[in-house]
Amino acid sequence: MSQAAVPAAKRRYVVAAVGEIPPGGRKLVEVAGRKVVVFNLGGEFFALGDRCPHQGGSLAAGCLTGEVSSPGPGEYRYARRGEMIRCPWHYWEFDIRTGQSRFDPGRVRTRRYDTRVEPGAALQDGPYRAETFAVHVESDYVVVDA
Amino acid sequence: MNVIQAPPPRADARPGRPAAATLGLVDVDIHPRAHSHADFKPWLSERWWRYAQEYGPRARHGFTGGQPPFPKAQPLACRRDAWPPGGGTPASDLGFLRSHHLDAHGIDIGVLNPLQPSGQGDRNNGFSAALCHAVNEWQLETWLRPEPRLRGSVVVPYEDAAASAAEIRQRAGDPNFCQVLMMSRTAEPAGNPRYWPIYEAAAEAGLPVAFHAFGYSGWAMTNTGWPSFYIEEVSEHATSCQNQVTSLVVEGVFERLPTLKVVLIECGFAWLPSVAWRLDRHWRHLKGEVPHLRRAPSEYIRDHIWVSTQPMEEPEVGRHLRDVMGWIGWDRILFATDYPHWDFDDPRAAVPGTLPEEVRRDIYGGNARRVYGF
Repeated sequence: MSQAAVPAAKRRYVVAAVGEIPPGGRKLVEVAGRKVVVFNLGGEFFALGDRCPHQGGSLAAGCLTGEVSSPGPGEYRYARRGEMIRCPWHYWEFDIRTGQSRFDPGRVRTRRYDTRVEPGAALQDGPYRAETFAVHVESDYVVVDA
Repeated sequence: MNVIQAPPPRADARPGRPAAATLGLVDVDIHPRAHSHADFKPWLSERWWRYAQEYGPRARHGFTGGQPPFPKAQPLACRRDAWPPGGGTPASDLGFLRSHHLDAHGIDIGVLNPLQPSGQGDRNNGFSAALCHAVNEWQLETWLRPEPRLRGSVVVPYEDAAASAAEIRQRAGDPNFCQVLMMSRTAEPAGNPRYWPIYEAAAEAGLPVAFHAFGYSGWAMTNTGWPSFYIEEVSEHATSCQNQVTSLVVEGVFERLPTLKVVLIECGFAWLPSVAWRLDRHWRHLKGEVPHLRRAPSEYIRDHIWVSTQPMEEPEVGRHLRDVMGWIGWDRILFATDYPHWDFDDPRAAVPGTLPEEVRRDIYGGNARRVYGF
């Protein structure tokens, strides 16, 4: 993705080496002064605001679950295993891909951050922030726009 | 011996304390948990310890093995982040309870409400009394003496009123205990004269009587039997308290004991005005049936009942909640978190910021200080 796609106000934050967050794993990071939790869903990375919009529980401490849907009483479908994060406090569930809540996706959500994987060589120059660890040319890194 | 003076707590060491808590932050619902029955062994006679080993607790509910009949939303119905890093179950470790809850939120006083296994409601009255007594001693030794911010509830074997009254009288005057604890589902409605010795002893000791949601009395939790879902169980806590309030009022408990205070914990409160309105209406027609009531039912309710916040109803229109709170009385509402349970309320988020600051101040601390005399 070209840098032009990122609005000028946003910065890119190198938050993890790819190997640090295995599929199904997560990492809590701080980006632009905010806590953000980065998930790996089968090799794809997604980042959500860590603070549950309800009462502020840390989503990073929640458990992964799937999407239970029902066309009517007595019929149930369990899909998208591991793609929902459930707040450790009151069970509010959020779609890791979109940040939308399960119970009211149109109105209740946690912030979703654009995320991508960049090779270390590409991060040697440009407006990246990687304050907490060294970036090696030979590795790939998870980058969050904020 | 070296004496190390602990530095005073820094303001930022309690990031979760709401700014409006200027009269202190009092949490009236914390649930300490024993690791197992063995924690109570030091205070059980050999007979009852053997009984606990050989027979164990016997809830009035069949088929549950003494366990809650509905699976909870989270393991042990607890916050996922409340499991102590050193091992053990949530709220079983004083050190972690301090740092994770009391310190983090700047709680000045926390009221302990021990739940099962506490002996309450057990079919064997003798075992119930012995275990409740042991739980009270365990509270003193494990929580109350080591941590001055905590206060205990006198856990009573409420199906045996005489034994309960004796337990209350033994705790009377001990500032470590601030209330008597009952559950919201008893074997008979709480106003029944069989329970009066409990209220008499509590009033005599100057201790409010709290009814906390739950209690496995053997009765289904709805008037039409057993529901299917946990969401029904938690919603029916409100109706369990409606029965108890109605019974306490109509049986004349408050007429008989004008100083008795009753605190409803974890049952919501938006239903309270409508129960009172309905009772008042029927009382106008049916006064002759209950001539011992000298005032309208709503007056007893307003004078004798306190409610707690968690879980507070969340109507779409905030004004509706304010109307209900105003009817109940701004001085009657006590802040509660329900720590460490999964439906915990964070003090920063639970009390609507749209309420006037002096109201929030009283809910956070002032009201509890008055009702408990803290």
